[in-house]
Amino acid sequence: MLQNKSYVRKTRAGKIEKVVKEHYLRDDIYCGAPACTVCDTSAARLSPNASTILVLDTNVVLNQIDLIENPAIDNVVVLSVVLDELRNKNLSVYNRLRALCSSPVRKFFVFSNEHHRDTYVKAMVGESPNDRNDRAIRVATQWYQRHLGSAVRILLITNDRENKRKAVEEGIFAETVESYVKSLGQPQLLDLVVQPASEDVVMDDVEDLRPSKKKIIYSEHKPMSEITAGLHRGIYHQGKLRVNRYNSFEAYVGSESIGDEIIIYGRTNMNRAFDGDIVAVELLPQDQWHVEKALSIAAEVGNYLRAEDEDEDVHLVPNSSDDAPRNASVQGPNADASLNSARPSGRVVGIIKRNWHSYCGSLEPMPLPAGIGGIAHALFVSKDRRIPKIRIQTRQLGNLLDKRIIVAVDSWDRLSRYPSGHYVRTIGEIGDRNTESEVVLIENDINCRLFSAQVLACLPPLPWSVSSEHLSDPNREDLRHVRVFSVDPPDIADVTNFVHPGTPLDDEASQRGTSVYLVERRIDMLPKPLTEDICSLRSDVERLAFSVIWEMTPEADIISTRFTKSVIKSCAALSYVEAQARMDDSRLVDPLTTDLRNMNALAKKMRQRRIDRGALTLASAEVKFQIDTETHDPLDIGMYQIREANQMVEEFMLAANVSVAEKILKHFPFCSLLRRHPTPTREMLEPLLRTAAAVGLDLDISSSKALADSLDRAVAVYFCSGDLSPPEYLHYGLAAPLYTHFTSPIRRYADVIVHRLLAASLEISKLPTVFQDRPQLTSIADSKDVLHNDLLHVTKFWDIMPVYLNYRHRNAQMASRASVELHTIIYFRKHPTDTEARIVKIRSNGFIVFVPKYGIEGPVYLTAKGDNGGGEWVVDEQHQQVKKADGSVSYNVLQMVRIHLEVVEPQPNRPKLQLTLI
Amino acid sequence: MEFVSPEGLRLDGRRPTEMRQLRAAIGAVSKADGSAVFEMGNTKVIAAVYGPREVENKAELINDQALVRCEYTMANFSTGDRVRKPKGDRRSTEISLVIRQTMEACIMTHLMPRSQIDIFVQVLQADGGTRSACINAATLALADAGIPMRDLVTSCSAGYLNSTPLLDLNYVEDSAGGPDVTVGFLPKLDKVTLLQMDSKLSMDIFQSVMQLAIEGCKAIANYIREVLHENTKQLEYRRGV
Repeated sequence: MLQNKSYVRKTRAGKIEKVVKEHYLRDDIYCGAPACTVCDTSAARLSPNASTILVLDTNVVLNQIDLIENPAIDNVVVLSVVLDELRNKNLSVYNRLRALCSSPVRKFFVFSNEHHRDTYVKAMVGESPNDRNDRAIRVATQWYQRHLGSAVRILLITNDRENKRKAVEEGIFAETVESYVKSLGQPQLLDLVVQPASEDVVMDDVEDLRPSKKKIIYSEHKPMSEITAGLHRGIYHQGKLRVNRYNSFEAYVGSESIGDEIIIYGRTNMNRAFDGDIVAVELLPQDQWHVEKALSIAAEVGNYLRAEDEDEDVHLVPNSSDDAPRNASVQGPNADASLNSARPSGRVVGIIKRNWHSYCGSLEPMPLPAGIGGIAHALFVSKDRRIPKIRIQTRQLGNLLDKRIIVAVDSWDRLSRYPSGHYVRTIGEIGDRNTESEVVLIENDINCRLFSAQVLACLPPLPWSVSSEHLSDPNREDLRHVRVFSVDPPDIADVTNFVHPGTPLDDEASQRGTSVYLVERRIDMLPKPLTEDICSLRSDVERLAFSVIWEMTPEADIISTRFTKSVIKSCAALSYVEAQARMDDSRLVDPLTTDLRNMNALAKKMRQRRIDRGALTLASAEVKFQIDTETHDPLDIGMYQIREANQMVEEFMLAANVSVAEKILKHFPFCSLLRRHPTPTREMLEPLLRTAAAVGLDLDISSSKALADSLDRAVAVYFCSGDLSPPEYLHYGLAAPLYTHFTSPIRRYADVIVHRLLAASLEISKLPTVFQDRPQLTSIADSKDVLHNDLLHVTKFWDIMPVYLNYRHRNAQMASRASVELHTIIYFRKHPTDTEARIVKIRSNGFIVFVPKYGIEGPVYLTAKGDNGGGEWVVDEQHQQVKKADGSVSYNVLQMVRIHLEVVEPQPNRPKLQLTLI
Repeated sequence: MEFVSPEGLRLDGRRPTEMRQLRAAIGAVSKADGSAVFEMGNTKVIAAVYGPREVENKAELINDQALVRCEYTMANFSTGDRVRKPKGDRRSTEISLVIRQTMEACIMTHLMPRSQIDIFVQVLQADGGTRSACINAATLALADAGIPMRDLVTSCSAGYLNSTPLLDLNYVEDSAGGPDVTVGFLPKLDKVTLLQMDSKLSMDIFQSVMQLAIEGCKAIANYIREVLHENTKQLEYRRGV
């Protein structure tokens, strides 16, 4: 089998050393064409009657991946040299191409030309690796043409002029992407073609359409070598650029080298960097540093911008660090420190790693050009305000104007104010609820596809019932004789009995990570038969469960804790409302109600003890919609009511989670999945303290909410116990030294992992091998796209999984919030309302209010927009008060005001909720 | 890192159950009683055997069997980087011991009481699997020296990366940190005389990986036998038989 052997020499970066690797050439690599008479066709993937087979150049794949993903491009041979080059250049594109290669509906065949006896190419003396790879591609193309004969045309697609010229010289059919797509005769495909960066294009084309724009707008990015040198010498600082969600002309770069965040004001200083890019920043001289202007709602806008009108938006109460406006947090309580509070400002000199991907949004309205079907240039406005407008070319402008579309960014040169990109696909009509919901899902990277047949095949056949096998299992306790009942969610069903590691079902669940709750629907982590039947602990049905059994004194002290897999038969599945009603109804004395009351009494004691230990009870602004069953439009909004029954259930769930955390940590001190909530720093609590100081110590609802906000900025996260030391395991919010998630394996993958750990600690099952720190590649491959640079080199399950679950968890929360916001807008568009609101923050040109009834937080302006206070209003920071210069009117923090809520659309296609004082 | 592509090729172009190319030559050191060079891909090992001869150190003499001694060294140039390795470091001592025990188990030591057999193995070029290559080279050298053996002991390694059992790991695969099972095997007696593993594996996977390594050992044994036949033919020819 071994044919030949040659040596490939490589030098590694840093230390120069000669690496000699064997390279085996083979004769058993097949061409993938089913009609081939020579090759083994069992693994053939190309279409049997294809007249043209495409071979793609690396650069074509790199730049045109959106086009290639379109089903119109098919019968493609992907060469291994292309894959190797791609993997080094852009991992996300590599993964997308790999996905195409393994997709059963597409006809993409990977040809390992580098290991084929006839297509291996050895670099010639003086030949650059690039030229060598291009030659390898041509040689492989030629081999295919010879191999398959003249019946099939093998077409090399390359945009590299030199490569194309040489290919034609060697007698290979070669075309550029544009000419090939044109030859397909599908004009809409042309929108997907990425326009080459302007240096390469014939300048006339561009000039026509953008007259008088030759001015250089941005300064040039420094070459990589200079950046590296600068970073070494401490002139430049490296960090991830984060654009302010409320003001896209302000960005922050967290830099380790100066230990603080560097602020970057204005698009010119941002110098074409996108949110999430890794950039190199140069500090501006100190006299150009901006003095903190924390006290204005929409600071800095007019200064940098011509037309764009960005301002603070009405939103739900922020609940993560990213969302909270940051400027207020750092300033000390003393207002006199205005000079010191000037924070380092800088400008971007180079971009080390781009974070470009595709964005959802719509086109900026513009008149239709005269000729239909002609090329139009349009500006795309992303839904995400942090992203600048993107220039695209389209031939279907009329079609797209009223649609939500996805656009990918391709390039941003110095001459153009906006980056250029290309159209990827249409989601649906603007304003349509389904479209907007899908946008929410796409923006948060949530997979809402139906479960595949492979996944569903892993489910047990329905109707399912407890079998004698389960009952005779020595590890499973029969608790059917015990009076078991359930109150709403705590279905600690034995999910891991159905979801086995390594199955497609398990892979899918781990990729989804969590169920996502939107206002009008739920996106499950596991398929419906499991969530709604087999693992649902319904009344009077035998079900498998994983039980935590405590023995408690009447004082709620735990005497003993036991964990077991069990069979139960629930005698009642109550909702919170039902449970509460039973407890409240003093006439009922049946055993079930008595149990409920007993448990409630215990829960109250446990809760009290927890609060005494310093746990916080945080007001959560959970909003509930009443949805019209026909139209699915929201009919009413209200805050979710929390009953005693909720608290009772919560208390026992916490206790179960804590008990399980202790158990698994004892058995697996280095590989338990726990959840922690870091202690908030004083800085995070600063705004709250200031508010509290202004009103004495009167902490009422809205201030405990403010506390909740401050705390939420230190987000609870999953982690692996081996990565941190025990004092860091603390869950601050719950005042628990140890915590994990065990109680909802149906909707959270973390719980599934914990179930497996617990089962292993009880020696019911073996610890899945992946938990034992073996490289796990499947989960890495998926998380790579989203967590790129941080995790490229990491290959261990425990390094990946907690990070990935945190990411998924956060996205799910963001999506729920976005969905609530969306429905809030739909509701208020139809029902403008007057209501009570409480002032929570004071700004120079207004204040931020919290509307308790709807759980909404948003700004109220006292002055016209763009006018930054103008001296008419004066802020008294000590007393957290804003008053008119003449002292006639003043507003205090925590004061109640009446406001009017309505939906306005100051910018097209971006409706927002506006609050005005009445 | 991807050690096996979805097309089923390893980084160097082999399939998971393929070995690297084997090469062997007998009689590399004419002064020795028996010697051989053994190559597995880019791993190249030389072995020389002296004995049976008089025991040097009378204190070590064993009355009813031969004393087997083994010394494993790595040439300074074997890994490319010119780091001078002290002789007798932990790793070489361990491998020396492993080789000695493996060879002792197949040499019929009771036929040569009060004598000593010295086995010297040196790694000329290291690219993973040196331990296996040394055992294979030592076997050939012992056979060349005409020392009576129960069987031709051979050795091969196998690993488990990307959820795939891989035969005969090279350096890159070896340094991935995954499990690495080295097996020494007596093919005719169907007995395992050496079994070592780095890292962890679950029992069922371990069995399949070990089975793969055993298959590798068998293939090496066939090759070694062929080489010996060829060598014997040469000797016959030279004698003019």
